[in-house]
Amino acid sequence: MGQALQRAAQWTSAKDGAGGKLEFTSINEDLLNAILKFVETTGKSTEEASLTFKTPLKWQTSLNPQHFQGSGFSDSGDDVISDNKSSKDDTPLLKLHKLAKDKYEVNISTLGYAEQVLRIAGDKKMVELRGCLEANRDPVVNMLGERFATVETDDNSIFRYIEEITKEIEQNAKQEQTAEGSKSAEVEEKKIVLRLRLKLLRLDEQLMNMSIQKMSSEVRLSPASVDGEVTILKQLSGSDETKCVLEYIDYYGETFVSKNGCRAQPWRQLHGDICYIYVKTHDKDTPLYITANTSGYYLNNGPDPEKPTQLDYTRPDSTTYRDLVSLLKDNSSKFAELIDQQEFTLKVEQNDKKKIEMSEQTEQNEDYQKKKNSYEQNTRNENDQDSDKDKNQKNRTQSKKKLEPSLKWKVLGVDDNKIQEEDKSITKTEKKKRPVQKYKSKTPIDKEEPFSESETESEEEEEAVERRAEANADLPSEYWQIQKLVKYLKGGNQTATIIALCSLRDFNLSLETCQLAIRDVGGLEVLINLLDTEEVKCKIGALKILKEISKNTQIRRAIADLGGLQTMVKILRDTNKDLKCLAAETIANVAKFRRARRTVRQHGGIKRLVSLLDCAGLNKPDMEKDVEVARCGALALWSCSKSKKNKEAMRKAGSIPLLAKLLKSTHEDMLIPVVGTLQECASEPSYRLAIRTEGMIEDLVQNLKSSNQELQMHCASAIFKCAEEKETRDLVRQYGGLDPLVTLLTNIENKELLAAATGAIWKCAISPENVQRFEELKAIDQLVTLLNNQPEEVLVNVVGALGELAKAPPNRMQIRKAGGISPLVNLLTGTNQALLVNVTRAVGKCAEEPDNMIIIDKLDGVRLLWSLLKNQNPEVQASAAWAICPCIENAKDAGEMVRSFVGGLELIVSLLKSEDKEVLASVCAAIANIAKDEENLAVITDHGVVPMLAKLTNTTDDKLRRHLAEAISRCCNWGNNRTAFGREDAVAPLVKYLKSSDENVHRSTARALFQLSKNPENCITMHEAGVVQPLMKMVGSQDEDLQEAAAGCIGNIRRLALANERAKYA
Amino acid sequence: EIASLLNMFKHLCGPDKKKLDRPTFRDVLITRFKITDDFLMDRVFKAFDTDNDSYLKAEEWVRGLSIFLKGEVEDLIKYCFIVYDLNGDGYISREEMFHMLKPCVVKQSSEEDPDEGVKELVEIALKKFDLDHDGRCSVADFRGAVHTESLLLEGLGHCLPSDTVSIP
Repeated sequence: MGQALQRAAQWTSAKDGAGGKLEFTSINEDLLNAILKFVETTGKSTEEASLTFKTPLKWQTSLNPQHFQGSGFSDSGDDVISDNKSSKDDTPLLKLHKLAKDKYEVNISTLGYAEQVLRIAGDKKMVELRGCLEANRDPVVNMLGERFATVETDDNSIFRYIEEITKEIEQNAKQEQTAEGSKSAEVEEKKIVLRLRLKLLRLDEQLMNMSIQKMSSEVRLSPASVDGEVTILKQLSGSDETKCVLEYIDYYGETFVSKNGCRAQPWRQLHGDICYIYVKTHDKDTPLYITANTSGYYLNNGPDPEKPTQLDYTRPDSTTYRDLVSLLKDNSSKFAELIDQQEFTLKVEQNDKKKIEMSEQTEQNEDYQKKKNSYEQNTRNENDQDSDKDKNQKNRTQSKKKLEPSLKWKVLGVDDNKIQEEDKSITKTEKKKRPVQKYKSKTPIDKEEPFSESETESEEEEEAVERRAEANADLPSEYWQIQKLVKYLKGGNQTATIIALCSLRDFNLSLETCQLAIRDVGGLEVLINLLDTEEVKCKIGALKILKEISKNTQIRRAIADLGGLQTMVKILRDTNKDLKCLAAETIANVAKFRRARRTVRQHGGIKRLVSLLDCAGLNKPDMEKDVEVARCGALALWSCSKSKKNKEAMRKAGSIPLLAKLLKSTHEDMLIPVVGTLQECASEPSYRLAIRTEGMIEDLVQNLKSSNQELQMHCASAIFKCAEEKETRDLVRQYGGLDPLVTLLTNIENKELLAAATGAIWKCAISPENVQRFEELKAIDQLVTLLNNQPEEVLVNVVGALGELAKAPPNRMQIRKAGGISPLVNLLTGTNQALLVNVTRAVGKCAEEPDNMIIIDKLDGVRLLWSLLKNQNPEVQASAAWAICPCIENAKDAGEMVRSFVGGLELIVSLLKSEDKEVLASVCAAIANIAKDEENLAVITDHGVVPMLAKLTNTTDDKLRRHLAEAISRCCNWGNNRTAFGREDAVAPLVKYLKSSDENVHRSTARALFQLSKNPENCITMHEAGVVQPLMKMVGSQDEDLQEAAAGCIGNIRRLALANERAKYA
Repeated sequence: EIASLLNMFKHLCGPDKKKLDRPTFRDVLITRFKITDDFLMDRVFKAFDTDNDSYLKAEEWVRGLSIFLKGEVEDLIKYCFIVYDLNGDGYISREEMFHMLKPCVVKQSSEEDPDEGVKELVEIALKKFDLDHDGRCSVADFRGAVHTESLLLEGLGHCLPSDTVSIP
């Protein structure tokens, strides 16, 4: 009963007092009736009726003592009690207690009395029962005790209870001689409890079933479901009468959507209105105005003629519809006709998932198709005599046509059926969750694959598909030969097929002409079809060709379009190892673009590929085949691992330990794909952790020393990605990985390797211990030489590494000595954003050394930095502003220099409008430095720095707070800026900063407050904001700066108070 | 294994005979090894029947099947060559190839001479097999071709059990 009451019964949401009320709905009515019947039947006769409740059921009743006249009841004061008393503690089994005049509370302790009370109540028994249930939300607890409380999870209390009883019975049997009567009576009672409980459970179940039936028959509308329906119809509307079911459909009224998803005005929401919709059908002149209410859709009277913006909410007729479509169907015959057509186009949807995938490609395909056709025509004209070929082409065009996705599939009308079904199933369990789930399921295709794949999705996707035009002119002889062979592939038995396959392989399949020729004569289809056959040899032959030609991007797409990936994924499960290898290798080639990778994943390919990795003996000679299989598996995974979701799928399939095992291999051609996969995956934090914990860093470091440059490159780039984490950096050092990294810097020819190695150095240099080792290895000199004539990928990393290394003061000097300053400053003129971020950072670090600053100044580096503040990228802006800070600090005549930048001060002040926290913090820091010079301070004050800073004071970001407070304290030193800050309400928020946990924030804030407190008005504001207490604490701080500023501030406040008092008494 | 092969042999011959005749052998090929081509079945029988008496002795049976089922590449090459070398002169000629490949081209375009397609195919096949360009394929040629491309072992007709067949 508990479950049913909690879930099914509809409680009003308004909580008055202890709990909600039961709503007056038909479901509740039925529930109550069922319970009533239960009480009446069990309460009359059986033993359960006399079982005493653990705690009595209590509720306020409308009955009064007069009702309880007659035998069995007696008066005691204000109360009426029953003669029968509880056997345990002698309390009466029924008690009517007077609370106030005409207000009574009834307590009952057995079902029997419950039945009696209800009988006495007569026709008011429903009211009584309602009151009882409202006061006792979980009556089972009262009746049988806490252990039977309704819980959300699986309830096994009853089983435990049974066990307990049987145990006791056993015990009793054992000690039969000594057993006392009371003991068996207890068991007896327990048995009754059990029986009652079971009955209640049955009742519960009945109630649940009943209410489910009820509910599913009248499901209420929710904002989300309305939204869904409207969006679908919107997609189907337009002016075209043949294709679109509606002319237009939209929400009426304001576009405001309230938090619960309703669009109706709040006062209308009280009536259950969700939103208003206006619809224009093709066959009616005036739009229909529809109200979406929680009870369903119905028509309203449209806009009120008197008040143009308001709707006339009254209903012209009382028909309510369950869904929008049926309402529209009833109101517009044209719509009904059209929507039925739409529904029919949809029925194919589920059986053709492939089409769905194709749809994304529709446009592309069509384009492709056009070119294709024109090309075909050309060739046909040229070779009219070759009838056979012509036929082929016809075949091909036909098969192409099949691929063309229907444009109509998107049109979801039939979904309504689905939704309704779903409604039923979902309401049964979780009514609340329904809207969300339904919404998700409604647009399966769009949502299923949000294109959120990682950035590693390279631009190759966009790489143009067609580069064929020029090939039209003269077809090479290979074309005809290949065509002939493909003919045998099509028209021969296996023997002929094999011969043809072998001969095909004699062509130079790496030539684009051959690859495309195979595609153009329809060979791809045949090859892919061959994969579906049972003939192992044919499959091997076909895969060998596919493997070669899939190196071509266009072929890859074609293979994916023809469903080749699905078949190859299937082959991965084959027992033949050659087949597995070839399939995996082909997948590795094909899966170089996103859609293919997704297909592989969706068909369970990742799991199978991962299982290929599992080979028992790695370095044993007799396991060559297995090792080969694993290698191909790794190769395929490498390709697949460029998608974020695939990485996740691989992890779930348990790839990490297998990769770790393979990493111990000694074969280079095995290691390359394995490390390649790892470095792709290392962009995911979960993989980085696993790589570290599985002990792969050691192997990676080991392989850095390999002689194969490609392997070295992948290892370095894996370390590059993994070294984001401190533990990994330490491990790299411990395994001696820094030395080989530095030696890799001598490989000037291989740029990719260089980029990976410098990247690894950059990331490793984040740890100070590593910096030390790099110093010993004289990495700086080498890095500085790499500053010239390198591609940007390398430069970004080199400069990043220098920036990290320059955190240690001796290295700054070293950079200067190696002549690194000038190339660094030169790089400030670049355009690559990532590079600029790193360069500015490196220059900034170098500028902290006064000697370096002289050089930077000479090279006009500060001006360059300043100009980078104009960059669009906030990261560049921020790091440029950070870099400017040490420059101003360390430059001679900094003030003069800053003034010399035309418009520079205005620029930096204007950056305070940025949205980026980092930019704001850095600019504040820069302003704090600029403001040291009085003249500059005057200029920036003129540019309105004070109100802008004041506006920022409400931030909660500690870094920004710190620099902001610093800037404010510096800016106080000019004119009436102190008063201005007070006027702009900057003071009170500053006081809040003292509650921050950051010591640095405290220091700068105290300084700012000290400056501000020189103005009496501000003192008053501060005092009101409760500044004294935290400042007192800070006076006791370890930090002298903080102490002094805090004390100064308190002093100022105190002085003001004294002056005030003096003024009063004077 | 040999014992089980012999058992099978006895079972196939029946209780009284000591030799296996052609029809029975063909049955075995069809049911056990899925070799269904009439012409090739005869050839396989010939290859098994080393003493050319049109019956298989127990020894021939065991030898043949051991190559059939567990043969090394070299054995298989020899065996296949014998199967394909119709007249037994040590060379596979154009005509022999034509003969073997004739049933291979199933789909014929109506207007074309049916033999034309086969001839073309023979040329293609010969190009693959005839490594020394003398217009015919010797054992050495065949061996070389198979070594460069293992798929060519059965390049002129299906005469070996497929991988899925298990040893009885």
